[in-house]
This record gives sequence, structure tokens and C-alpha cells, in this order.
Amino acid sequence: MFKNTLSRRTLLQGTMAAGAMSAGGLGLGPLPALADPQWKKYAGTKLEVLLAKGPRGDNFQKNIKEFTDLTGIEVESEQVPEQQQRQKAVIELASGKPSFDVVHLSYHVQKRQFEKGGWLADLSGFMKDPNLTASDLTESDFSAAGLKYAKDDKGRLLSLPWSVDYFILYYNKEMFEKKNIAVPKTFDEMVAAAEKLTDPAAGTFGFVGRGLRNANMTLWTNFFLNYGGEFLDAKGEILTDGPEAIEATKLYQKLLTKYAPPGVSGFNWMESMASFTQGRSAMWLDGVGWAPPLEDPSASRIVGKVGYTVVPAGPKGQYSATYGDGIGIAAASKNKEAAFLLCQWAVSKKQGARLLQAGGGVPFRNSILNDQDVRNGVKLPKEWVQSVIDSAKISKLGLPVVIPVAEFRDLVGAGVTATLSGGDPAAELKKAHEQFRPILERSEKS
Amino acid sequence: MSNHQTATPPPRKAWRVPSYWPFVIPALIVVAGIIVFPWLFTIWMSMHEWKVGAPTTFVGLANYIRLPSDPRFVEAVGHTITYTLLSVILPVIFGTFAAVIFHQKFPFRGFLRGLFIMPMMATPVAVALVWTMMFHPQLGVLNYILSLFGLPAELWVFHPGSVIPSLVMVETWQWTPLVMLIVLGGLSAIPSEPYESARIDGANAWQMFRYITLPLITPFIFVASMIRMIDAVKSFDIIFAITQGGPGSASETINLYLYSVAFVYYDIGYGSAIAVVFFVLIVVLAAIMLYMRQRLHWNQTGGAA
Repeated sequence: MFKNTLSRRTLLQGTMAAGAMSAGGLGLGPLPALADPQWKKYAGTKLEVLLAKGPRGDNFQKNIKEFTDLTGIEVESEQVPEQQQRQKAVIELASGKPSFDVVHLSYHVQKRQFEKGGWLADLSGFMKDPNLTASDLTESDFSAAGLKYAKDDKGRLLSLPWSVDYFILYYNKEMFEKKNIAVPKTFDEMVAAAEKLTDPAAGTFGFVGRGLRNANMTLWTNFFLNYGGEFLDAKGEILTDGPEAIEATKLYQKLLTKYAPPGVSGFNWMESMASFTQGRSAMWLDGVGWAPPLEDPSASRIVGKVGYTVVPAGPKGQYSATYGDGIGIAAASKNKEAAFLLCQWAVSKKQGARLLQAGGGVPFRNSILNDQDVRNGVKLPKEWVQSVIDSAKISKLGLPVVIPVAEFRDLVGAGVTATLSGGDPAAELKKAHEQFRPILERSEKS
Repeated sequence: MSNHQTATPPPRKAWRVPSYWPFVIPALIVVAGIIVFPWLFTIWMSMHEWKVGAPTTFVGLANYIRLPSDPRFVEAVGHTITYTLLSVILPVIFGTFAAVIFHQKFPFRGFLRGLFIMPMMATPVAVALVWTMMFHPQLGVLNYILSLFGLPAELWVFHPGSVIPSLVMVETWQWTPLVMLIVLGGLSAIPSEPYESARIDGANAWQMFRYITLPLITPFIFVASMIRMIDAVKSFDIIFAITQGGPGSASETINLYLYSVAFVYYDIGYGSAIAVVFFVLIVVLAAIMLYMRQRLHWNQTGGAA
């Protein structure tokens, strides 16, 4: 089914087959040497894994038998809904005796918190050990954003980047064609298009996106970054109430009050997606992972009519706000080597290809994304793949890397939501930051 | 008084362990373990800078001092009080009204009573999800009903101004039957003689309700209000499932804020301080109601008159 299932077997068979593979156009990146980790060394070990519910977790659990067959390591895994999984992970790790060896973490929420707690094992040493690491798994294969997320400020690799989430622009081709509008390349064009596509009497709107407090920050930061915003200055001072932020909020306010469905201030991705799949909204800016439901006839009325493109450019640049998750090993685990084999398998080329091909996530590894055979196996429209590849080039971390991320999202998010019911952008941001600054200071100094 | 008695006990026999102790101790242990200890521990935590993943330090009352200068907390107190007042008053009015109606004799009364208390039996989260759909500004049935009367569409829970009244509507819908059941019990205990004499004296229906029924059922209304108040002040499920405190933080009550602080921001010390203040607030509200009861002699059937 997958070309790269072959690659493992051929690797074992020797160089001749590997040569044939590369001749066949399989870009394996740096050609792997014969060295394979000693997969069987930890046979009989039992590992516990805590996963967040979602396509990554599904892909992991569906194929875990292959890992057990390969290594003889038994794996017990559970998928818990995201919010609860984060709570469970934090509480158990803080207790010092987590019930799991391997944990799925959300970088944009938990990176600094996990680093500060010292909860994750340092993987840098394992990566250098040929007995543990396959030669095709190198740090440089991960995208820059992934490495930024996975490494702490001392350069230690604390997790393996698993799946990246870029924001892209979904648009309804039919609605665009009807009004003869070109796909927006800039924010100005996006606003103009949204205006033309909005017809409240017919119940159709030009734009939809997250308005709900907290969730909305992941959308807002796309605007912020493209207005030239930076989250933190050199001293770690938060900058999200500066002029760029005010401009970004004005744009956000305009799009979501004038051209979006009523009630958008309570919309998370789910409600936004509902409006988009019903054909009631023409544009939707959200994470790259929603393509499968949009192209699923049982869930969507616009199958085959969805266009995919990168986030339009702002006045000061074009970035796609990037989020991601990784897989790491609890520092308290007694089976770190076996756990490392498991993490490595989870981000392996084969697993990554499956994830991408099902549209369940985008691997951080360039060797997977750039592999033409893997790309050809993607069941989603070509445009989607292209938007992923183009987004990778303009990717920028979508939230400030601080400990109180949740407070940031709640407080600033509440301010941004308040502008949807008439609040003044500058005043709301100022108010939110007056509350957030002391929290940030407290968390950084303690 | 009791001191006086124990101070001079009749010297009948030497004191020994009362024989009921073995029966009391298990209950005492349970109470100490699940009520007293958690409370003392919460108070102790509230005196610390206590964040998950960081060492704890004793900070005395700093967490409490932080509260009044935290606008989110102050707003949450305001939301809680508004929410509680509305969700006590409305169900009490409607519940009393419903009780008076269901006290009359009419066909299918038992069946209709059963129907009326259905909302109370539903799970709050399920109720919340159904109402969320009904509140939907584009697809919800509420705006459709408004449109039938030519009224403009409302934003319901999606606008900061209307979110608390909308949530109270759900709360009222669900808990009016409880008030009705309690008041109904009161109504059935009223003797029929006062009504007969009132009728002879030429009183109309309103006068009979105002001067006979209402004073007689006031103690029951009081009990219902008390139960409603305690329930409403700590309401969490309906708000969390419908708005999560939004839009913005327009429906964030103390309970929701407390949840965020403790379990999303992992600021256990500050969260504990909020919990303690919240507890004090509930006690104060209950005390006010008890005081009112004393003042108005609601405890005496027949009222102050």
C-alpha cells in the first residue's frame, strides 16, 4: 500500500536494493547507511503512553502492532480528550510518578511549562547513539519550527516533533466563481473579497473564523504576525498590545463583525467549520488538519469545491501561524531507551507518511514532506498538499513561548472577543495586558 | 448552661468511655477525612505560592490581597451575584405560580404534573447542549420563534449583554419544577376553612391568594429559595457547557474562574484562596437569608400578621 514499507525491507536486504530505490526516484534524503537501531534489544519491556485524542493518536494506536512485532516491546496506550489529557499529564508529571513513560505534548501550550518542570528526558544522547537511532533520523531533517519547539534554551532535545499545524485559508470555489473574485493574496484583497461575498439576506457570509475567547488567539496571531508583530522583545517583555497588535485586532474586528455569521463570538473551529461546510461562509482561516471532514460527503456539502491556499500576506510580511505537537519521554520513566524506540517509530517516515496521506497531520520531517511518492499517496486534493508545502516556507510560531500561555490566550483572547461586541481594539488590548503582565512577571521570576 | 451542669456532676460513678463511642467514631473519621481535612488543607494551600511544577513558598495572605486588584475576579463576583439573584427570583415566581395552578383540580392533572417536572430530571450537560443548539443565531429554534412574531433575531448567549439572562432562562426552565414541587407540598397542607370563610366574606381570587395562600406557603417558598440560592451560586455545568464563561468573560462566575485558575493555569494557591472566599460568600448569602427569615417570622406558619 505504501511505497516506503518497501524501503525498510530493502534496507535490510542491502545496498543494491537501496540503490534501485533511489534510481526509482525515491528521495530518501541522505541515503541511509546499513546501521539500524537494535530494535529487539528491549524486547519484553512494557510501555505506557498517554495520547491526546485525535488523528495522531488514532494513527498511533492503529498501527502499534507493527511496533510490537518489530521490537517485542508491549505498548499500552490511551487517548484522552485534549484538555483533559493536558491536565492529566501536568498533574501526573508534577507528582513525580507519572503512570506513563511516553507523553504526547502540545508545544504551543506546554513547551515552557514542561521545560521548567524538568519533566522530560533529554533525548540528545539517544539521537547520537547508532544502536538506538536509525540513521535517517537526524535533527536536521526536522523543520526549523519543529526544532525550535523541541529544544530547550540549552539546546537539549527534549522531545521528537511529531505533527505540525499551519494555518491556511480554506475558500469556497463555487462562491468565488459566482462573484468572479480572485483568490486573495493580501489582507486587503481578503477584506474586499469578504465584503463582496457577504449577503446577510441570503444567509451567506464572506468570512468565518474563531471568535471564542482563547481559541481565537490562534487565528488572531496570523494577523498579528503579518502586521509585523513579534510576541516578545529581547528582555522577555510581551508586545501584543503594540501598534501591530492594534492593527491586527482592527482587521479581526472588521472581518468578524461585518462579514461573518452572527454569533461568531461564540465560534470555535467546530462552529466555523459547520458554517463553512454548509456553504454559508466563503472563507475560513484555520489549521491545516480540517481538510478530511471538508472532503467527506457525509459531513460536508461542499466536497470538491474547497480551495486551499496560504494565509494572505499582510502589510509587513506573510507568515503562517504555526502550532504543533511532539512526543516525549517522562524524566521519571525507567524504560527510557525502549520509550525512545517508540517515539522514533511514532515520527518515523512510514508513520508520518500515513498521517499525511490521511490528512490527519503534517509531519515535521522534511524527508517525508519532500518525498514525491508520499505526496502522490495523499488522498486529499493536490492544492491542499501544495498549501502545506508553501506554508512550511512561511511558518512562524503562532503563540509566545512563555509559561502562562493559557492565561495569555484567555486574557488577551477575551479582549479580542470583546471587540466583536463593540469594544475599542486599543483599549481592550491595554486592559488585557494590564492583567497579563503581572502574571507573566510572576511566572518568569519564580 | 450546659457548662454549669457538667461542672457539678452528681458523683454517682467514675467516668468511663461512653458506650456509644464505637458507633460515633467511624462517622467522625469520615467527616474529618472528607470535610474537615480538605478544608484545612485548602486554607493552608491558599497561604502558599503553589504552582504545579514549581516549588511552593509560604506567602501568607498575599493570594487574598491579590483578589481585589484582579479585575477578572471582581467581575466574576458581579456575574455570580447577578446570575444567582435572577436564578432564584425567576424560578420562585414561576414555580409558585405553577404550584397554584397544579393545585387546582382539572383532568389529567397527575400526568401534566409529571410532564412539568421532566426538565428537572434531565442531565444539566445534556440540557445545556440542547439549549446551545436552540440559541444558535442562524439555525436555532429560538430565533425562528421570534421571527414568527416579526421580532428581530437575537444573539442570545453570543452577546455579552444578553448572555447571563439567556443562561438564567435555561436555569429557570430546569429548576422551576423543583420550586413547584416544594410549594405544592405546602399548598396541600393548607386547611380549606380559611378559604370558605373568605369566600363568605366576599374575597376574590387574588385576595384569597394574597392574604391566605401566600402567607401560609411562605415558609415553603423560603426553603425553595434557599435550595435554589445554594444551587445557583455554585452552578457550573450549564454555564461551562454552553459558554465556557464567554463571550469574552461576560458569563464567567467565580466557580468558572476558580476552575480556570486551578486546573488550566495550575495556580493552586491562588485558586484555593478563591475557593475560600467563595465559600465565605455562600455562607454569608445563606446567613442573610436566615436572618431575613427570623426578621420576617417566616418560620411561623401564618406569617407575622
